[in-house]
Amino acid sequence: MPLGGQILLTSCAYLGILFAIAYWGDKRADAGRSIIANPYIYALSMAVYATSWTFYGSVGRAAVSGVGFLPIYLGPTLMAALFWLVLRKMIRISKANRITSIADFIAARYGKSALLGGLVTLIAVVGVIPYIALQLKAVSSSFLIFWQYPAIQMPSQSEAMSPLQDTALYVALLLALFTIVFGTRHLDATERHEGMVAAIAFESLVKLLAFLAVGIFVTFVLYDGFADIFNRAAQLPDIGQLLTLGGPAGTYGSWAVLIFLSMLSILFLPRQFQISVVENVNENHLAKAIWLFPLYLLAINIFVLPITFAGLMHFSAGSVDADTFVLTLPMAHRQEALALLVFVGGLSAATGMIIVETIALSTMICNDLVMPLLLRWKSLGLAQRRDLSRLLLGIRRGAILLLMLLGYVYYRAAGEAYALVSIGLVSFAAVAQFAPAMLGGMYWKQGNRAGALWGLSLGFLLWAYTLLLPAFAKSGWLPLSFIEQGPFAIGWLKPTALFGLDGVDELGHALFWSLLVNLGAYVGVSLFGHQSSRERAQALLFVDVFKSAGRGASLWRGGASMTEVIALVGRFLGPERAAEAFANYAARHGLRSSAELVPDAELVHFAEQQLAGAIGAASARVMLASVVQEEPLGMEEVLGILDETSQVIAYSRRLEQQSQELETATRELREANERLRELDRLKDDFISTVTHELRTPLTSIRAFSEILNDNPDLEQAQRSQFIGIIVKESERLTRMINQVLDLAKLEAGRVEWHTAKIDLADVIDDALATTSQLVQEQGVELQLDLPRRMPPVIADRDRLLQVLLNLITNAIKFCDRKAGRIGIAVEVLPEALQVDVRDNGRGIDLADQDTIFEKFRQAGDNLTEKPQGTGLGLPISRQIVEHFGGRLWVRSEPGKGATFSFTLPLGQSEEVAPDPGHETEDRT
Amino acid sequence: MANRSLWAQRLVALFLLGCLLFSYPLLALFDSRGEVFGIPLLFAYLFGAWALLIVLMIWVIEGSRR
Amino acid sequence: MSKTVLIADDEPNIVISLEFLLRQAGYRVVVAQDGEDALEAIRRETPDLVLLDVMLPRLSGFDVCQKIRENPDWRDMRVLMLTAKGREVEVSKGLALGADAYITKPFSTQELLAEIESHLGRQ
Repeated sequence: MPLGGQILLTSCAYLGILFAIAYWGDKRADAGRSIIANPYIYALSMAVYATSWTFYGSVGRAAVSGVGFLPIYLGPTLMAALFWLVLRKMIRISKANRITSIADFIAARYGKSALLGGLVTLIAVVGVIPYIALQLKAVSSSFLIFWQYPAIQMPSQSEAMSPLQDTALYVALLLALFTIVFGTRHLDATERHEGMVAAIAFESLVKLLAFLAVGIFVTFVLYDGFADIFNRAAQLPDIGQLLTLGGPAGTYGSWAVLIFLSMLSILFLPRQFQISVVENVNENHLAKAIWLFPLYLLAINIFVLPITFAGLMHFSAGSVDADTFVLTLPMAHRQEALALLVFVGGLSAATGMIIVETIALSTMICNDLVMPLLLRWKSLGLAQRRDLSRLLLGIRRGAILLLMLLGYVYYRAAGEAYALVSIGLVSFAAVAQFAPAMLGGMYWKQGNRAGALWGLSLGFLLWAYTLLLPAFAKSGWLPLSFIEQGPFAIGWLKPTALFGLDGVDELGHALFWSLLVNLGAYVGVSLFGHQSSRERAQALLFVDVFKSAGRGASLWRGGASMTEVIALVGRFLGPERAAEAFANYAARHGLRSSAELVPDAELVHFAEQQLAGAIGAASARVMLASVVQEEPLGMEEVLGILDETSQVIAYSRRLEQQSQELETATRELREANERLRELDRLKDDFISTVTHELRTPLTSIRAFSEILNDNPDLEQAQRSQFIGIIVKESERLTRMINQVLDLAKLEAGRVEWHTAKIDLADVIDDALATTSQLVQEQGVELQLDLPRRMPPVIADRDRLLQVLLNLITNAIKFCDRKAGRIGIAVEVLPEALQVDVRDNGRGIDLADQDTIFEKFRQAGDNLTEKPQGTGLGLPISRQIVEHFGGRLWVRSEPGKGATFSFTLPLGQSEEVAPDPGHETEDRT
Repeated sequence: MANRSLWAQRLVALFLLGCLLFSYPLLALFDSRGEVFGIPLLFAYLFGAWALLIVLMIWVIEGSRR
Repeated sequence: MSKTVLIADDEPNIVISLEFLLRQAGYRVVVAQDGEDALEAIRRETPDLVLLDVMLPRLSGFDVCQKIRENPDWRDMRVLMLTAKGREVEVSKGLALGADAYITKPFSTQELLAEIESHLGRQ
């Protein structure tokens, strides 16, 4: 065995490369730079469909039935066209409900039923174990054959070998180790394994390249192209049988059965569900996979017939198993490197399948079989344990090892009895039993739990009876008479010809009966049974997944303690992961930390999803129920909430409307609050400003008083200057105090008004006389524009004078420094007189035109614009004018001066009602 | 991609076309011992139809993306 | 040589009183009416001490104080803030910006002079 060392070395090196890729993929995923977020990787990883059964078995089957190997690949090609319709919905449902396996999918759909989840797991395990056995068989026999190189010798029957010498055992253990290391490194809520997917995509590439290499070698090196091979093969005996489907009409039937079966398998094989649904990173990757995946299948099959014919022509009939042609042809032609590549390709196909399949099954076993049982087992006290994440990982690792050993045992016991292809088909038929419950669950709201249970159970039983038992019988575990005569020699119970149905091939026969009973029970029981409210809710969530995304939370009502919920999730995910998940959730909801979370329906839903990722939907609900006091929703309520789409929409509209109303209310509240705070600030400012305004004259008064006091011998001139300042500042102080009091009185309505018919022109004259000195001092030009005759107005003369004085002094203060011009104009309106006082100063910003009428608010920045008055004149004036029944306002364009205007109602016969004042107040 | 519902419909049509191409009676038409360029008729037909389906899928998906 | 004090205030009467007091105490006095003027005077005269009113037009006393502290050349310049707003916030803001002391109006002329002298290190 000159190649022995190389074979072992290459195998180990190859597995090492897979380790490295998976490790790298996980690292990249942890760093947030996923390498599998790519439609090509997704499509390639889907090719885990092509196992060693494809790699070696296609040729084997072609050697017996010609193109008969093709339906297994045509079915998936057809289904690929429906991926956008079916698989996308499956992905969407799974993502929305954190579904991690087929068992989880079915359990969640039918009211989160633990019983259904367990049943599906059982079917999947029983159905797929032979398939795993098949991979082990392929690897070990290819190894044994290659080991004999250059001799080409079929391995002897394995019964002769003790398990310890059996390569298959070591292969099984090695692969179990690999799977454990990379499939169960940590628990993740989404149960995704990026490193594994990367490794699978790589494996798909390797097996394709290896197969294409053999194909090209055989077709173009050994022969002269396709035509040459087919031409020479025409000499083979029985060749006609291989080139046509031939035979009776039944052949077309079994052809169709195979296509149909493989169509279902591409959706429902646990490993396909794992790769195409659970590991899917982005729904849109599906688009590329729709054509890329069938293209892959086409490529890996194009050389099957040439290799088959070359093998049949090269080896004498029966000397070499056709299942091994892919390997033995290069061996026979002394192509060591090519043979090695083929061996690695076959290894690749087998390991890929085993890894994904066992990970998928172990998740199911853990979440849907073991955990529900353990959690119900009260004496274990599991529900009280603090951190269960290690236990979960332990269960999964154990499950992987168990599955591998079961596969090995099956291989040892039955492996030799069957050709590779038949074993695969038995598995296909088992997972096809999921079709009614899965597809019905996705598209038919009426489908219920009882229907699914009955359908699956009966379908599974019939599958076992019509396919598994005959397989056992052929393996010698059951007497052959069981098949040939039926149990207890009852003819119509014959497993291969139930009720006398004959003339159909075994597979078609089994598929017909099992699916008929399955579908019949599912539909029948669903139609005549009823759904619980939970089932109804789940049904709507699944079927209407595209319409009602993210609405799972609305179907929950109850109370919970936040700490309990977090602790619960922490027990399964590990405290750190749980804390991280809730912190992220809090951040998404705009909260600073998870401490601010409130255990509302949405949060409990979120927690349930996190748990579902780790322990499955059914267990998650049970666990959550232990910390959450759920109020069950009545059937009527669920119906009311989301029965038909229209109601769903109406409901969400109502929700939307409610939340909009809430938003409006919140906004109004916020605005009111803002106004209150502003008022508060104003009051604060008012006091602070009053003190400030009072302190300023006081400062001068005190300073000069002290100076005079400390310097009795001051010059007379300076002395009188200082005393003059003291007097002026005292007057200012008095004026200010009076104005504050004045305003307070005006606001409180405690002012006595002496209203009478008065002549406005008279009052204006008075005002001008008072300000004439100021006008002269400032060098301001005054313009007067009064009508010749003015009707009298009703007002308090002194108050009116106060308003005019205020406006005129303001105008003088704020007019242009160098060429100041102010103007006073009166206009007679039908009902009132309008007085305009304008200046040519820099004007008032639009933003300030309202605030200047507020107390102590003067235009400009409070801090840098030294107030030139008390800031009370305008508010007081406005109060007065409004009391007379007029209006005071300002018009101004920045840079073009300002015009203050007020109106006074004309003095008609009746008097303006005087305020019932109590005291007389003089004014300044 | 506003035309995704159109995609889905075209893909369903392809599915039906595939079902037709790969089953009785169309299959029976080519189920004989003829040859096309030296390649057995059934073999050529099946792979040809398969390739055609894939090309149509590429056309539907990649063609409508831009 | 007598020390220079800058008075930055926009109330003419207060300026007159401060000017009188400081001249009498033997300082050289410079006057500024607003914040920009004050900075200008500081650049021109580099006074030893600035009596700085907070509510200055154009540039507030706080801003002037900050500008003084930003310039390493004026590290030794003393800044006394004057304000009629005696609230805690204002005081701490002024001190945080690097003012040496904070005096509220109205002030005692004796205390003011004592404060100025203590900062200028004169006996």
